[in-house]
Amino acid sequence: MYQYDSYDRTLVDERVAQFRDQVQRRVAGELSEDEFKPLRLMNGLYLQLHAYMLRIAIPYGTLSTAQLRKLADIGRRYDRGYGHFTTRQNLQFNWIRLEDTPDILAELASVEMHAIQTSGNCIRNVTADHFAGVAGDEIEDPRIYCEIIRQWSTFHPEFSFLPRKFKIAVTGSPHDRAAVKVHDIGLRMHRNEAGEIGFEVLVGGGQGRTPVIAKTIRPFLPKRHLLSYLEAILRIYNQLGRRDNLYKSRIKILVDSVGVDRFTQLVEEEWQQIRDGYLDLPAAEIERIRAFFAPPPYRALDAQVPEYEAALRRDFRFARWVRTNVTPHKRPGYAIVTLSLKPTGGIPGDATDAQMEAVADLADRYGFGELRVSHEQNLVLPDVTKADLYELWKQLETLELATPNIGLAGDIIACPGLDYCALANARSIPVAQQISKHFSDLTRLLDIGELKIKISGCINACGHHHVGHIGILGVDKHGSEFYQITLGGSADENAAIGDIVGPSFGATEVVGAVETIIDTYLHVREGGERFLDTYRRVGLKPFKEKLYAAH
Amino acid sequence: MALQVVTANRLIDGRVVFLADGYRWVEEIGSARVADGEEPAKALLAIGEKAAADRIVVAPYLIDVSSDGARITPTRYREVLRALGPSSHPAFGRSPSATLAAQR
Amino acid sequence: MPLIRATGVVDDPWLFVPDEEQLPEAGAVIVTLARWQANRDQLLARPTPLGLRLKSDQPPSLVAGDVERFDVIALEFPKFTNGRAYSSARLLRERYGFRGELRAVGNVLRDQLALMRRCGFDSYEIPPQVDAAAWLSSLGGISVVYQPATDERASVLTLRHGTPEGQGRGDAGAHSRDPIAPTPSTSTRVG
Repeated sequence: MYQYDSYDRTLVDERVAQFRDQVQRRVAGELSEDEFKPLRLMNGLYLQLHAYMLRIAIPYGTLSTAQLRKLADIGRRYDRGYGHFTTRQNLQFNWIRLEDTPDILAELASVEMHAIQTSGNCIRNVTADHFAGVAGDEIEDPRIYCEIIRQWSTFHPEFSFLPRKFKIAVTGSPHDRAAVKVHDIGLRMHRNEAGEIGFEVLVGGGQGRTPVIAKTIRPFLPKRHLLSYLEAILRIYNQLGRRDNLYKSRIKILVDSVGVDRFTQLVEEEWQQIRDGYLDLPAAEIERIRAFFAPPPYRALDAQVPEYEAALRRDFRFARWVRTNVTPHKRPGYAIVTLSLKPTGGIPGDATDAQMEAVADLADRYGFGELRVSHEQNLVLPDVTKADLYELWKQLETLELATPNIGLAGDIIACPGLDYCALANARSIPVAQQISKHFSDLTRLLDIGELKIKISGCINACGHHHVGHIGILGVDKHGSEFYQITLGGSADENAAIGDIVGPSFGATEVVGAVETIIDTYLHVREGGERFLDTYRRVGLKPFKEKLYAAH
Repeated sequence: MALQVVTANRLIDGRVVFLADGYRWVEEIGSARVADGEEPAKALLAIGEKAAADRIVVAPYLIDVSSDGARITPTRYREVLRALGPSSHPAFGRSPSATLAAQR
Repeated sequence: MPLIRATGVVDDPWLFVPDEEQLPEAGAVIVTLARWQANRDQLLARPTPLGLRLKSDQPPSLVAGDVERFDVIALEFPKFTNGRAYSSARLLRERYGFRGELRAVGNVLRDQLALMRRCGFDSYEIPPQVDAAAWLSSLGGISVVYQPATDERASVLTLRHGTPEGQGRGDAGAHSRDPIAPTPSTSTRVG
């Protein structure tokens, strides 16, 4: 993975000193809260319901074990011994003190981490496929370009006060695990007819109040133009994005209001002025960064691993876990393991400091000292030999990280919701816990099959409910918590925004509604249809009818 | 009869606090100073705003509460969560009996 | 309002004349875009230097052909969160070749000075009563910059690979870096 050189280190170190000074000036009264707020947001520090929340950047979801141990240590010493992995591959600590934050950032800097631009109206963490580098269908490792974009966007002087936040995602595979179509800019790596690898550039996707699927503005962009093209897009947005209405400030609104053709024209006109200049991406920099993502020293292994296959036959619980939590690796004899942070009845995405320490040990022992964070709030050990899978599984079980539910109804994505978040209208965690407990029968979960349930506590959609197969949105109705359900959303290359099923459900009715939806699906599904396939075939009607039959 | 208290987050550590007697800020809503009516509430908020200017708290505001003599309970559920702590992590909160009991 | 440049607090020889006020017969004045568009010939006929003040929603392309007429262009930040002027500044320098004084006015905050400087600003109107020396100490910002911008600082890309910079900036690369150098041609007439 990427390692800092002296320039990278100087930047984060000076940033820590700068923020320390800003905190001191705030406490001394030289900065008002209004003036300080954007500064602390640009260092990832929110003021939430109960305390400050620090959102630490995990660039493109890749962590070293040294970094994970530091996060565990910070959680232990400065927080309450746990952290929350988010839908943008970051980590949040919920009980932070302002006065500790400069020290925390200094500790993060010592392991090449930071909280830069994880909030604020600037370019945020550039996210990627959590199977980058190891997925069989990958064209090129997207993280190389995520790192390039990360650096270009860090403290970009022109784009630090955008109309609103800006999120970029990159996929290096045709099967999009990075949800690029619901990002402000999505980049999809692919080959043109000449066999060259470049980017399809999509703009204006997003969730929130007005969910939109991104539009393609350039089908193929050669790599050397990556930064100049992004600069053109951001410049158009910075100039023309609305500044008068918080809810109409994202780039998706701009693309919609001028139309994608006109928007494309504006970008292309600006780009023509700045292309082939000082923003040309040097091939030397691509190669320098590519070297950090070179394959680790894989052993030449057989695809067939007798002891692994024997374990599958012998231990049905192991086999069940492999079926859902293990993904084929591009190298023979290796496997990708997803650690479920969704234990039955647990809080989605949370991990204790003890779990983090243990996972770091496992990543060292059963890998190359690296792990991933997925936007579905799970962790990934990317390079486990098949021969080691059984041993690993047993250890994950003792750590409660082996619930065999990845991609199933128990693998719920949920934002922190009203329990923590100052923006929320309703709680999301208890709903996730109830659904998880209701569907705790693993046999049943497997029978239901792939089902992505995503819960947001407010319309900001940090739980990505719009792209859930079943999406649940918490709303405040007359001071009580109600939940609106959407169906048929999807975040992959066939991205879709879910359809609202009808009037919202009270807190005690939600689980029953989800049960009804799943029963309906089980009743009408054909062949090996997943929930999403059935929904696409039969539409909203059968679900709506069953849900509101009594009304 | 509208009862209100002033709440805010403490600047230095972000913790939820309530304005109590003598310009103190406390973490237990049970010790909060209760304003009864519009004018007392405005006066209480003004004290809160001074504390913000003095960098003790951030963003003070009034919340509606009810009081049965023994306990002070916020009207809005959001404020109940702020007063008690997250429902998802009872260990991190303040227990209802300790928190909501009004102290004499 | 105090005015600072990289060298320190400087006197401001300019007078901003709002639209509703009458222009003095002579003297260095800064006018709004509206006034410039309505009275272009009269303004150009003045014997004293001319400046322009743009609002955040007035793109610099509107004066693209005329930038050399102005010795100073002031760009407004109506609220510090409105970052349009960062783009306007860069375009004025790099696209339209503006070489005069580029001034940040409005809701200018200390922690933004370094960003503004990188975008081509070279003077900053700051609130009265602030510690100007402290503000000036923030002008440099972080010593490492990842990306090329309007200022001539070598980006990390260049430092790593020695890629020649300055290409693509047209002749605006020669814009004044010396904050107290006289502005071209009309400087002797600054009162």
